[in-house]
Amino acid sequence: MKGVPLDQDAITADTDTKIKARNVNVYYDDNHALVNVSLDIPDRSVTAFIGPSGCGKSTFLRCLNRMNDTIEGARVDGSLIMEGEEINDPHLDPVVLRARVGMVFQKPNPFPKSIFDNVAYGPRIHGLAQSAEELEAIVEQSLRKAGLWDEVADRLQDPGTSLSGGQQQRLVIARAIAVNPEVILMDEPCSALDPIATARIEELIDELRENYTIIIVTHSMQQAARVSQQTAFFHLGELVEYGPTENIFTNPQDQRTQDYVMGRFG
Amino acid sequence: MTDHTANTRDIHAVVQARLESRYRAETRFRSYGIGAVLISFLILLTLLGSIIAQGMPAFTAHELTLEVELDRELIDPLGDESENSLRQGSFSRVLQNAMREQFPEVRDRRELRSLFQLYTPLNAPRLMNEVIEDRGLIGQRYRFRMPISDEMDLYLKGMLIDESRVSVIGALDITLSGDVAELRASEPAFDGVLADIRAVLQSEADGLAARAQGLQLQADREGGQDADANRQRADVLLARSEAYRTRAAAPDGLVVLDDTLPSLIVEAGGGAMRVTTLSADGRSATADIIVSLETSDRIENWAIQVLETPADRRRASDQQIAWTRALEARGAVTQGFNGYLFSNADSREPELAGVRGAFLGSVLTMLITMLLSVPIGVATAIYLEEFARKNTFTDLIEVNINNLAAVPSIIYGLLGLAVFINVFGMPRSSPLLAGVVLSLMTLPTMIIATRAALKAVPPSIRDAALGIGASKTQTVFHHVLPLAAPGILTGSIIGLARALGETAPLLMIGMVAFIADAPSLSPEGLTEPATTMSVQIYLWYDAAERAFESRTAAAIMILLVMMIGFNALAIFLRRKFDRKW
Ligand SMILES: Nc1ncnc2c1ncn2[C@@H]1O[C@H](COP(=O)(O)OP(=O)(O)OP(=O)(O)O)[C@@H](O)[C@H]1O
Ligand SMILES: [Mg+2]
Repeated sequence: MKGVPLDQDAITADTDTKIKARNVNVYYDDNHALVNVSLDIPDRSVTAFIGPSGCGKSTFLRCLNRMNDTIEGARVDGSLIMEGEEINDPHLDPVVLRARVGMVFQKPNPFPKSIFDNVAYGPRIHGLAQSAEELEAIVEQSLRKAGLWDEVADRLQDPGTSLSGGQQQRLVIARAIAVNPEVILMDEPCSALDPIATARIEELIDELRENYTIIIVTHSMQQAARVSQQTAFFHLGELVEYGPTENIFTNPQDQRTQDYVMGRFG
Repeated sequence: MTDHTANTRDIHAVVQARLESRYRAETRFRSYGIGAVLISFLILLTLLGSIIAQGMPAFTAHELTLEVELDRELIDPLGDESENSLRQGSFSRVLQNAMREQFPEVRDRRELRSLFQLYTPLNAPRLMNEVIEDRGLIGQRYRFRMPISDEMDLYLKGMLIDESRVSVIGALDITLSGDVAELRASEPAFDGVLADIRAVLQSEADGLAARAQGLQLQADREGGQDADANRQRADVLLARSEAYRTRAAAPDGLVVLDDTLPSLIVEAGGGAMRVTTLSADGRSATADIIVSLETSDRIENWAIQVLETPADRRRASDQQIAWTRALEARGAVTQGFNGYLFSNADSREPELAGVRGAFLGSVLTMLITMLLSVPIGVATAIYLEEFARKNTFTDLIEVNINNLAAVPSIIYGLLGLAVFINVFGMPRSSPLLAGVVLSLMTLPTMIIATRAALKAVPPSIRDAALGIGASKTQTVFHHVLPLAAPGILTGSIIGLARALGETAPLLMIGMVAFIADAPSLSPEGLTEPATTMSVQIYLWYDAAERAFESRTAAAIMILLVMMIGFNALAIFLRRKFDRKW
């Protein structure tokens, strides 16, 4: 089986499609890292990307906010439509795109600035706040949404780097939320965290689903099962199988998917 | 199971065995490290120690304070107290008169000239400037301070000759007849010095005799024509040796002193005399008066000063030394901090030479270098590192920048000469030109250091900024640059410090010219001829006068302090930028 094995209408029928990918190919110089990926990501839900290491999950994620532009020698072709707009359109300003599609990286990477400035940076550069009060309100709101407010309310001027790993990860989530994006991309956001911090982030993802479209890359089958509504399984640069999470884990159509979710390779 | 434990024990043993050699290697390596640190520390210490030891004397100087009679007729020939008139005044005569006042007994022209050599004639214009500043001094008596001559300064610091003071017992009777004095001591007070002089004569005789013997042996061995000549020379040497022996034996009861022997100065009754003959009994002597005595009665309190270095092997004469000591005894010579070293620009006379001109020249040069190389270097580095696409062209630029960093600095001097002076007609020897040349020299280093600092910023910070929609420029200026700033600063300051110490390219663009005025700290100062600290050191090192030796080391110390200041600034700024996190 190749390409998109599932009936796409089954997924797109009940929810709106946020991002529609068609025949996306990514090359790193001569390395064909992503082969003909096509899938639809529904709005206001959590989509998980799973697959063995090096299969192209991060690569595909980076296509969605054009972070591949920053990689020397990376080339993307195919079509990625978000709300009717072509993401790969050279005329589309990646700055505007990234304000709409936020990203949380595998390793928490707060700026070496205060907690407040970390969250306020996005709204500041995009001019989202008219006044200092408004900015403070945005910061508080974002920290609350990220479930970090109670822990940092009285130390907003402390450096963001002084927080624990889990707190830092929530801080960067708050930073991403602060610009009020439509989509949040998360690349293995829990890989550096302990189970409790992981649980908190998962809870958070579940809450954020109401307002945002979330795409999460994870190596944990359980996590994918717990937080996502759709799961896409990648293998060697190909999208092997994509469907409702339940189906992928209980009734995989492809042998490779089955092997992977059963833990037989990867 | 047993198999497994046996195996683990094996592994333990193996690891244990290896562990020891690993520890040994570690200890060895650590001791190499400590050794290397110690060696470099020792070298540094020796270097600094020798520079400081050599340079410290230059920070003090002996000054001569004279009551000068600012005689209206001498200094104000036009009689209108105008600057023009004062400039025609004979201030050197004023100084000479003050010296004659101190030593009225000196009348002989040659002796007078020797007396006036206790200070440099360049002090006359200094006195003139003081009078021009304060016209009220005209016609007054005025206490004028000036540095004593470099030679005498060295003497007073004990760096010129070996001398010793012999303590004497008993009284001294002096009989004066004109300029000559008959000395008669109540005790054999001259015994000690007499023995020393005799020993010198004896060893002189022995040395000559040994040389004669050597020549004779050679003649006996070789024979032929040369032998005769050698025998003749040996005879001459023997005769001279014999003469010394006779002088030492003093059959007529008198030992005669001359320029080839240590000089004996007798200080008594406020005057000074140079001993010309000593009687063999060690009780009496004849001497030439150098400084007149106040009393010629029986003197209880007197001393003999032995100038071990013979007069024909030093530039300062017995008279000059005696005069200096007399001035010192009168309180006219005082030792103090050498302000001239800091307030004056370069001078031909070491006692008046200072680093002010070179220091200001360095400041102006560094200003230009900084203003040119830091912005250009940092901007280039940011562009190349953050914005430029990788292609053959940028690769070429990169290779060239690395090559330029390795170009010997003198080449930049040649470039300055060929392009900036000959093509663009920039003023020679000017801080502006020096700054431009040095900034060309520092640019590659600056660019490389800045790029290294930018490279060291973790990419995750860039991703984070780009990920929330910061533009490339915002990412660089808001996040990358602040993090790279300490590194950039350090790189820039190290580059500037290197430029500060640079000499070779400056020689090429004419900074070696002797410049007696300090440049003004103004835009005009940038185009006037100047010199820098490094070049000043080079110039002084090359100077003939011995007094420049310690001044060279002192200038090195000042330059080192400037460098340390630079580096301290780098560390301070680094801390300041780093402390935020
Ligand atoms: N910056 C890059 N430059 C060159 N090749 C890259 C780069 N990033 C990824 N690749 C290549 O693209 C392929 C997919 O990489 P990607 O990072 O997307 O894998 P992944 O699925 O995210 O793996 P992991 O689970 O280990 O993160 C790999 O073969 C990798 O070598
Ligand atoms: Mg990845």
